[in-house]
Amino acid sequence: MINLMDNCCSKCTHSPATPCSNYVLCRTAGPFCHTDKGCEEKRKNHINNVRVPSGGNYQQIIVCGGTGCTSSGSARLVDSLKEAVNEAGLSDRVAVKRTGCHGFCENGPIVHIKPEGIFYTRVKPADARDIVNHLADGQIVERLVYRDAAGNSYPHFHEIPFYAGQTLILLTNCGHIDPEQISDYVAVGGYRSLVKVLQHMTPEQVIEEIQLSGLRGRGGAGFPTGKKWAAARRAAREIKYIICNADEGDPGAFMDRSLLEGDPHSVLEGMIIAGFAVGSHQGYIYCRAEYPLAIKRLKSAIQQARQWGLLGKNILNSGFDFDIDLKEGAGAFVCGEGTALQASIEGLRGMPRVKPPRSTEKGLWEKPTVLNNVETLANVPLIIQMGAEEYRKLGTEQSPGTKIFALSGSLVNPGLVEVPMGKTLREIIFGTGGGIRDGKAFKAVQLGGPSGGCLAEQHLDLPVDFDSLSSVGATIGSGGMVVMDEGACMVDVARFFLAFTQKESCGKCTPCREGTKRMLEILERMCRGEATLDDLADLERLCRVVKNTSLCGLGQACPNPVLSTLQYFREEYMAHIVEKRCPAGVCAELVRYRIDENLCRGCGLCLKNCPVQAIRGQRKQPHAIDDSRCIKCGVCLSKCKFKAVVRS
Amino acid sequence: MQECHCEDKQMKLAQLLLKYKDTPGALIPVLQQAQEIFGYLSPELLREISAGLRIPLSRTYGVATFYSQFHLKPRGRNIIKVCQGTACHVRGGSKVLEAIKRYVGVETGETSEDLRFTLETVACLGACGLAPVMMVNEETEGQLTPDKAVKKIADCE
Repeated sequence: MINLMDNCCSKCTHSPATPCSNYVLCRTAGPFCHTDKGCEEKRKNHINNVRVPSGGNYQQIIVCGGTGCTSSGSARLVDSLKEAVNEAGLSDRVAVKRTGCHGFCENGPIVHIKPEGIFYTRVKPADARDIVNHLADGQIVERLVYRDAAGNSYPHFHEIPFYAGQTLILLTNCGHIDPEQISDYVAVGGYRSLVKVLQHMTPEQVIEEIQLSGLRGRGGAGFPTGKKWAAARRAAREIKYIICNADEGDPGAFMDRSLLEGDPHSVLEGMIIAGFAVGSHQGYIYCRAEYPLAIKRLKSAIQQARQWGLLGKNILNSGFDFDIDLKEGAGAFVCGEGTALQASIEGLRGMPRVKPPRSTEKGLWEKPTVLNNVETLANVPLIIQMGAEEYRKLGTEQSPGTKIFALSGSLVNPGLVEVPMGKTLREIIFGTGGGIRDGKAFKAVQLGGPSGGCLAEQHLDLPVDFDSLSSVGATIGSGGMVVMDEGACMVDVARFFLAFTQKESCGKCTPCREGTKRMLEILERMCRGEATLDDLADLERLCRVVKNTSLCGLGQACPNPVLSTLQYFREEYMAHIVEKRCPAGVCAELVRYRIDENLCRGCGLCLKNCPVQAIRGQRKQPHAIDDSRCIKCGVCLSKCKFKAVVRS
Repeated sequence: MQECHCEDKQMKLAQLLLKYKDTPGALIPVLQQAQEIFGYLSPELLREISAGLRIPLSRTYGVATFYSQFHLKPRGRNIIKVCQGTACHVRGGSKVLEAIKRYVGVETGETSEDLRFTLETVACLGACGLAPVMMVNEETEGQLTPDKAVKKIADCE
């Protein structure tokens, strides 16, 4: 028994060909079929190696292996830590493990010592030896401990303000288990919900439990998951499909990626349960190709689940068959829309079709299909485990549970956070997110990506749930939250989103194909200071037409960024149109850079860094910018040490 | 003299087409894997795939031009993907892109003449906590400034 999943001795006979219904529970609490102290001991040891309980003589160095920390160099860090552990002769009681994302990406690479819960940030390979010394003598490496802006240090994971305000139920495994080992997932209680469903529940009971929990789709629309499952269950067809929508395309959203990279089995488990409830035997995961690490981990998770008989024929001797195939997207945002995604799996251009019929009646290959988002499916095993009643204690009446948000933009602590539904924007942005960076003032928060809206200061005390946000023209969307400070121009932000939807519009229906193009042209004219008040009236009319007449959600929601900024930041539009001025100083054509002669020392730094040689001047003499050459890149402003470069 | 692997590649393509010949919905995975073998989808290759899967060339072409991942022209040895997502945008992503354009000397979506670089933009790499971000080949590079980005690229062969 090298692995927790292996059979402990010859008495255990579980395999995909000879499945045993007790297999999963047996791994963590068994063996049940025979009495053997030795076998029990072996299993306990394997579990302790994953859970790392305090009081034991076993320690673990967890290195974050999410995309963020990997790009900050966490792979090399794992090697140097392993080397240092070996050198110190601690390899029999200290293990180095790479997990999924910890959410605290800006401070990566992150190292977490278990069981003590000591948390190190921005760790370099050169720090490996000091960390290993800490394990040997218990002395915390002070210089690697997280410090906030005020200089307070937080050595323990759960004390850090970023984590203290969170309720980690979906993300809890991400920073603790090795996502490439199914045994880790089982050791922390994984696949128990599947066992419960297969052994003790009927499909109807599963659907009822999900309906009672009030779970709503986390992909954006917030449709009740149980209702969707029930509709597909009712469809009297032999073949049905479950699709996991992992085509996370909204700019500014990366919670699905983190779940897939950090805890892929929870999504698989959710899918198998969905298959059982609906009466489907085949699932597909449609994952965007821009997430190579998520694809790699999903492939390994599917392979391991098959190897141990948790996917395939006669799962755990229940008579239920279910398998999952992975489909890689090919780069089209519109494929996040259900019917377009199905067309893409069928090998066609990813274009949406008219609804009804709904996918639950006629979906993939014309068969009833349930399409759920990654985060929705990850909630399913939790609900089965906790029970609907307990689950409902989290979140609000109409939006139960937690939601993962991807905080980004001008924040002190950007990253991935999980909070109960109903927290206010203020609590999330200023509490968990740590407020606005560089001492600047809050201006707006963009929620829900290209389909969402921008909210202003007056909305900060709104609870974040499906209904409160849609009442003010925004949506939770998939959970992207981009925070903007006073330096952001709202007309430019609207232009940015329209440029995105215009590019991603599939071209099937005219309002979206032509409307987005014309809206974008008007917004570009505004940013150049060439728009008139007539343009503004046209823009508002176009917004209404595109919203009301587009074929799919992409078109119907794409005016939201424009409408919400028009509603809450109208004065900024007026400044661009009437005064030909960009108050935030972002729109390049409305900005001029000049050098204040009284402040310029003639150091030449701006001249040297100007990419287009637009700055002239003698050494130690005031310099000047040639407007005809200047491309308004702002390098001179950022390089000048004497604040002599002025933007107007 | 450089060794030619053309036959090798043709063999792989034949195997690929054989494997997926009767699988419904196989066109996209076949295009993906064919592109992996040949680097890009040439007109001849699209014709062969259509014939092999018995799909009209018009449909193969329609699919190949719909998805941004498919390339109908040769690509550079190094692929630079600059993120233009919201978070990167508000933290100076467009300045990073401008600086790279100046260094490489091509516009977005183009390949340099010496085939050293292909420059692309992506809507979001999902590494928003590290904005602004780019991907150079398989590596994600975060917390960029225009200078830092150009330095990274200058290291590429």
